Amino acid sequence: MRKLFLIIQREYFSRVKKKSFIIMTLLAPVLLGGISVLPVWLAMQEHTEHKIQVIDQSGAFVDQLPNNPQISFSYTDQSLEQAKKALYKSPYDIIMVIPREILNSTKAGPILYYRSQPGISTEQYISNTLENMLFDYRLQGDSIDISKLDKARRHVAVSTIKVNETGKDEKTNTSTNMAIGYAFALIIYLMIFLYGAQVMRGVIEEKSNRIIELMISSVKPFQLMLGKILGVALVGLTQFLAWIILTVIISGALSGVVLKDAIADKAKHEAQMEKAYKDDLTANLDKVKPMNTRYEALQLLAQIDRVDKNELLGCFAFYFLFGYLLYAGLFAAIGSAVDNDADTQQFMLPVTIPLIFSFVISFAVMSEPDGMMARVFSMIPLTSPIVMMVRMPFGVSAWEVAVSMLLLLAGFFFFTWLAGKIYRTGILMYGKKASWKELGKWLFYKS
Amino acid sequence: MSEPIIAIKNVTKRYATHTALNGVSMDIPEGKIFGLLGPNGAGKTSLIRIINQITGPDSGEILFHGKHLSQEHIDQIGYLPEERGLYKKMAVGEQAMYLAQLKGLSKAEAKKRLQYWFKKFDIDTWWDKKIEELSKGMQQKVQFIVTVLHEPKLLILDEPFSGFDPINAQLIKNEILELKQKGATIIFSTHNMGSVEELCDHIALINKAEKVLDGSVKEIRKAYRTNTYRISFRGNLMGFTNALWAGAELLEKSSDEDIHQVTVKLLRNNTPNQLLHAVIDQHEIISFNELIPSMNDIFISVVEKKETINTQSAYTE
Repeated sequence: MRKLFLIIQREYFSRVKKKSFIIMTLLAPVLLGGISVLPVWLAMQEHTEHKIQVIDQSGAFVDQLPNNPQISFSYTDQSLEQAKKALYKSPYDIIMVIPREILNSTKAGPILYYRSQPGISTEQYISNTLENMLFDYRLQGDSIDISKLDKARRHVAVSTIKVNETGKDEKTNTSTNMAIGYAFALIIYLMIFLYGAQVMRGVIEEKSNRIIELMISSVKPFQLMLGKILGVALVGLTQFLAWIILTVIISGALSGVVLKDAIADKAKHEAQMEKAYKDDLTANLDKVKPMNTRYEALQLLAQIDRVDKNELLGCFAFYFLFGYLLYAGLFAAIGSAVDNDADTQQFMLPVTIPLIFSFVISFAVMSEPDGMMARVFSMIPLTSPIVMMVRMPFGVSAWEVAVSMLLLLAGFFFFTWLAGKIYRTGILMYGKKASWKELGKWLFYKS
Repeated sequence: MSEPIIAIKNVTKRYATHTALNGVSMDIPEGKIFGLLGPNGAGKTSLIRIINQITGPDSGEILFHGKHLSQEHIDQIGYLPEERGLYKKMAVGEQAMYLAQLKGLSKAEAKKRLQYWFKKFDIDTWWDKKIEELSKGMQQKVQFIVTVLHEPKLLILDEPFSGFDPINAQLIKNEILELKQKGATIIFSTHNMGSVEELCDHIALINKAEKVLDGSVKEIRKAYRTNTYRISFRGNLMGFTNALWAGAELLEKSSDEDIHQVTVKLLRNNTPNQLLHAVIDQHEIISFNELIPSMNDIFISVVEKKETINTQSAYTE
């Protein structure tokens, strides 16, 4: 045990102290944090402020158009010609002409003359606002009581609630959970490759450095293999933990600065929603100030808060760890069978096929999470770490998860034992390029 | 003789395509330097790996001080493999500490002993250097220290001098002898027959998976004596040849001006004195040596299963 501990210690510290590890650990969250905040930030940059000079030929909208933080309207009696001439000297960057026909025609709409191009969201805002106001205007023209109409019209929102085996409701949020389950599966997939390859390279290094024979005169080959696998696992966990902490800190800091206004908007919007509900004027919901892109971007961040984190995180930790451990043994066996990195190809493929396969079918699994394929592959230890993580958010019965976990555990013991047999023979073989047949023979050598 | 440190009892090891060891038995006496000889592929490395418990025998048994060889003995064995190396990216001191602790030393003890050895080998400035920054010879020094640091009762050195320059080789040779003085047993596997004669007390010769020769170096060389003598003299070569009687056979002759050198094999039970008597009156004898076969000759002859030993490259005693 002391020796195993020493080996784990060396494998761990020799990797953690590497410059490449430190750089990767520090840099990845900066990139990740940047990636998660950047789109929101960019979306916000789109909103340059527009001062719009309105020439309302219909006369129906004078002093009626609501401003918003990015768009402000002011009204003029100037002719279009005059306004255009004065545009570059005026504080306005857009002149909007609302034609007289707009009130009755079904086609006529406003025309924007600009010196700085309005974005799609600006156009959208103007179009929505005018549509709503025209709707009211025309109803009034037809002597229809708007308040009655509002009462008659109501917004219908669809809620979905999953019922579990005990008959109780389970909160789900399908799309977000799906995304998170998929993200976890992706992380497991990448981590197995990343750290499995590290184990493999470690074994090749010991072989090509010719230290292996010295090592196994002090410790058992299996101890050495296990020590390496566990040491690298700790490196993975360390890196992962560091990433989580750093990402939270960095994106927290970034959102504090960059998304400050958006968060304020969100609070305001929610207050309005609440008020609308309280007044039981469902239709008023439509009148609640339209959400802007800033807010939409924030919604995704907000949804993450609502996922049942404990269950997912627990399963993630398990499948991440044992998925890695299962494959790490196989990677170690590959490393033992070759003399250098270049020779690993022929053995890598069969080991990575189940990994790639399970990742490829995960889209199909998502569309039918309780289907035959999803069920079978979330049981098979080689594919379950990824497939089960994809299924997880859709709700998987406890017994299925338990069986899958037990099988994965059994698979881990089996493959590590198998890998150990190949490993202890492979590490002493030099110069000979091993074939699959030979690897098979090694399994039956007496130690 | 006291109880051997290692007793190998009828050990057989087979691989898929060949037999590496076939019923090999031998005793390795304690406190001696034991040469394990044999051509490439004879089974030496297999035997060494079995003693190191890197692999196990298919049948047969190894006893360490009379007890079945097991994991508890690992810390009493130091092994310098022929295929040797160190972690290239690791610092010298850190690496030596690691390997020493794997051999059961405590951290403090490992540090103390390493400082002693580093000073002794004059390499104490290397502690923080990475292995890859050292030359091959320097790496070998570190490797040797790591092998002996835990003061093993049994040292197994596989081709220990390969890669060393003559100065370092001498350094290591002296260390080996010193370790022997302190009571360690050394198994020494090599092709370098010169160092076998210089260092080894006992040898075993393995060929084609079987032990073909075993015993003390002196006895073996005596056993392989051929009663052949080399004589240098001044005088008449013809007269010398005529003086030889039926009890001696002239094998070779060569002349350098008036100095002649002949190789004579004594037949039956004739003694060197009889030979001297026969020739000493008419010739001025400059030197008279018995040609004792070198380990090299014995090695080649045993491996090639020759009846007679070619003493051309004879090493004289």
